[in-house]
Amino acid sequence: MADASTLAHEHGVTGHAGDHPPTNTGISNEKLAMWAFLGSECLLFGALMSTYFLYRNRGGQTGLRPRDVFDIPFTSFSSFVLLTSSLTMVLAVAAIQRGDHRKTRAWLVATAMLGATFIAGQIFEFTQFIREGVSLSTNVASGAFFVLTGFHGAHVTIGIVMLLTLWMRSLRNKLGTEKAEAVEIVGLYWHFVDVVWIVIFTVVYLIP
Amino acid sequence: MNETATQTEDTRAHPEGGEHGAHPTEAKYYKIALFLAVVTAGEVALYYFDIGAATNPVLMAMAAVKFATVAMFFMHLKFDNRVLRRLFITGLILAVAVYAAALRMFPYFQ
Repeated sequence: MADASTLAHEHGVTGHAGDHPPTNTGISNEKLAMWAFLGSECLLFGALMSTYFLYRNRGGQTGLRPRDVFDIPFTSFSSFVLLTSSLTMVLAVAAIQRGDHRKTRAWLVATAMLGATFIAGQIFEFTQFIREGVSLSTNVASGAFFVLTGFHGAHVTIGIVMLLTLWMRSLRNKLGTEKAEAVEIVGLYWHFVDVVWIVIFTVVYLIP
Repeated sequence: MNETATQTEDTRAHPEGGEHGAHPTEAKYYKIALFLAVVTAGEVALYYFDIGAATNPVLMAMAAVKFATVAMFFMHLKFDNRVLRRLFITGLILAVAVYAAALRMFPYFQ
């Protein structure tokens, strides 16, 4: 008679073998929930980007607009940092899947540090914009810009908290190979904030 | 017998035809990251070296390539169960369709 872990494997539920019964889809509930959440997040960021598109060139606005004060070299560097964090994240997932906990911790903390660097850059950028006269309430274009990029920054910050939580659990030996899927799920979230930035960087910053 | 049993298990494990387990190697992840960095550098170069009317479509295409690369390889959509791919792409298409329609309609109400 097959035990719970064998059944979980047969149904493709990896990482949490034995933690819960197999599912009809062959995907663990946690992973399916994360993908459903990410699908819904597309709608959230779609709404925020659409709002920015609507207002960025609208007439009758006073004051500077965000595009007047963009610092493309600086934002490009931030984009490289976030892209690199996606690499370190996927390496953390690969490390825990093969049971290399030392590398898992190293890549997790590297990802969190790269995310923190991105957030520090965003705070610096926002501060510069405000000094140059573009704030949340300057006009509707600037309001839409700060809400869009601010929401993205909040997502990155939540991701950093999740990464550091995993790192601390690993330090306490509470993140074994059987919990590899937890790292994979946090990784999905992290890559999602990266792909959202890929779109924001192009359509908000680079496209005239 | 063993091979047949394994095939049966694989079919049960991935009824939608996913290719779970065939994730890229670390070397391939580094190559993908390098590719993404090169495309990003290309985007930034396009910002400074305007190529006229083609600039915006090329920038959009490059962003789409980066988006798809991260989703397929780093998020493992290419290798995981197809249900996940459908779930995410449905949200994505819905978002693009709804907001493209809204943006198209907006001028009529101004």
